[in-house]
Amino acid sequence: MSHWIIAPVVLPAAMAAFIVLAARFDLTLQRTLSLATTLALMAIAVGLYLLARDDVPRPYLLGSWPAPFGIVLVLDRLTALMLVTTQLLALFVLLYAIAGWDKQGRHFHALFQFQLMGLNGAFLTGDIFNLFVFFEVLLIASYGLFLHGAGVRRLVFGFKYVTVNLIASTLFLFAVGTIYAVTGTLNMADLALKAGQVGAEQAGLLRTGVALLLLVFALKAALAPLHLWLPGTYGVAPPPVAALFAIMTKVGAYAIVRVHGMVFGGEGSPAQGLVEPWVAPAALATLVLGTVGVLAARSLQRLAAFATLASMGTLLLVFALPLAEATAAGLFYLLHSTLAGAGLFLLADLLAERRGSVRDEFVAAPVFPDLELISGGFLLAAVAVVGLPPLSGFLGKVWILEVVRAHPLWPQLWAVILLTSLLTLFAFVRAGSLLFWKPAALAAASDPPAARASSTLPLVATGMLLVLPVLLAAFAHPIARELEATAAQLYERAGYVQAVLGPPSASAARGP
Amino acid sequence: MEALVASGVGVLTAVGVYLCLRGRTFPVVLGLSFLSYAVNVFLFASGRLIVGRPPIIDPAAPGYTDPLPQALVLTAIVISFGMTALVVVLALRAFLEAGSDHVDGREPKGREPR
Repeated sequence: MSHWIIAPVVLPAAMAAFIVLAARFDLTLQRTLSLATTLALMAIAVGLYLLARDDVPRPYLLGSWPAPFGIVLVLDRLTALMLVTTQLLALFVLLYAIAGWDKQGRHFHALFQFQLMGLNGAFLTGDIFNLFVFFEVLLIASYGLFLHGAGVRRLVFGFKYVTVNLIASTLFLFAVGTIYAVTGTLNMADLALKAGQVGAEQAGLLRTGVALLLLVFALKAALAPLHLWLPGTYGVAPPPVAALFAIMTKVGAYAIVRVHGMVFGGEGSPAQGLVEPWVAPAALATLVLGTVGVLAARSLQRLAAFATLASMGTLLLVFALPLAEATAAGLFYLLHSTLAGAGLFLLADLLAERRGSVRDEFVAAPVFPDLELISGGFLLAAVAVVGLPPLSGFLGKVWILEVVRAHPLWPQLWAVILLTSLLTLFAFVRAGSLLFWKPAALAAASDPPAARASSTLPLVATGMLLVLPVLLAAFAHPIARELEATAAQLYERAGYVQAVLGPPSASAARGP
Repeated sequence: MEALVASGVGVLTAVGVYLCLRGRTFPVVLGLSFLSYAVNVFLFASGRLIVGRPPIIDPAAPGYTDPLPQALVLTAIVISFGMTALVVVLALRAFLEAGSDHVDGREPKGREPR
């Protein structure tokens, strides 16, 4: 039992507490500690990924309590993949925030580390109630980060964001209670085993609990019609925080795959086949609504928020299909959309900082510093988000189109995916020409730029984040092989159950 | 007793949902509290309703009551308590800065500000 498995939870938790207690007046020390922790987490996540590549799920028994009685963390390929993605995103967002955003309020770095702790824990845990607790940890930290450097709009949207998530937490507890009442366990491996043995008279109750749980995860993943909190929240959040939140909606998608795909998706589970008929149509609606929002957005941050929504629609559409190939394609798109979406939020802030009073709104403004660099970055981000060749968005969408062919209604699905991509392209073309070409045309007439040129660190951080979709496209083949192995392992339920609960004879001897 | 607990959970939930749908922040906060009370009682009941038994296997006692839901409720209470405190502070700050206790941060059209 490798103790490194719990490090992604313990390290940021300890660091966050240390930063609050010992370093709260020293911003430089906070930045150093926060960056060092995130770098260490990155190294640990990569190490854990290499460990997980041998296809054996590794349980970590807290307090050495045997599996269904104590809480377990489980490291498998999917968990390790999500850990690496989170740490990658966090590293660049932190680099960006260090250039000045973290000065706008107190405790940015402590909250940031708590956020990482919640995210890592949610990916690692092998217990549904523990998943609830880590959801709460990451949400509490996200409330703090969202309100960072407050303002009236953030307070008003913050109240709604908190309220919606509290109601979701209540539903989560109702679902957990129902599932526990039927099965008598909350351990994911044990649930996967027991879901198949539930009697006919209890099956309806279990289905209800699992459906409630789906509702909660759908809300986190901003699935229509539960998406209404997202555009406002992401549109007014501090941009580095919005960029970090790019992974938060993916936690919902991950939870759907893990809990509904893996735990309750097995043969004989009364909740089998629950996801596709509900999630697939809703995902299509999300995609369409997100695209309409992208077309209607009047500032780059709003556009990025709606683009996130549209990408969640695409992602959940493939995650709803109960096929390993579909999940692999979805994971590729998840990686891509997290990184590209976050890059877009950071770009919006770079623009807003330089364009004076018009900020990132789509109106003509005088030439601003670093126009060439930022417009180049915008081109990269737009190509990635829209899904044009040669970047990873294109490869991801092609892969998705390929796996969607297994669906009986595939021509309609293709039409929706391709049409929304085209409309998104229009929106980005219009945004880019208003933001970058109009100023060039006005250059002769305008005054010298009033906006200040700031440090280069934000530019570098955004640039590095936007290079990742290029790398994802360049190494698409080996990455795709890894993702296929990840998805295949996910649906190998027997292997997971055996790794966590021990060999079947031992669990049979324990009795029902 | 089952009917009493079940209808209690039902009434608390109904009150909570109604209050959460109100337009002012204070009823919404109250609604959230009601919902959390409802879910706490519900979680308790998920271990079946058993009266007068210890939460641990004891040869002297005629049976036992499931201790796990009690641990779950304890966690849920702590979290909902903390979150209620946060949402109260948030509602107050929003009221003080926006000048309105409406959840949209401004009075609805055609209505005099209070």
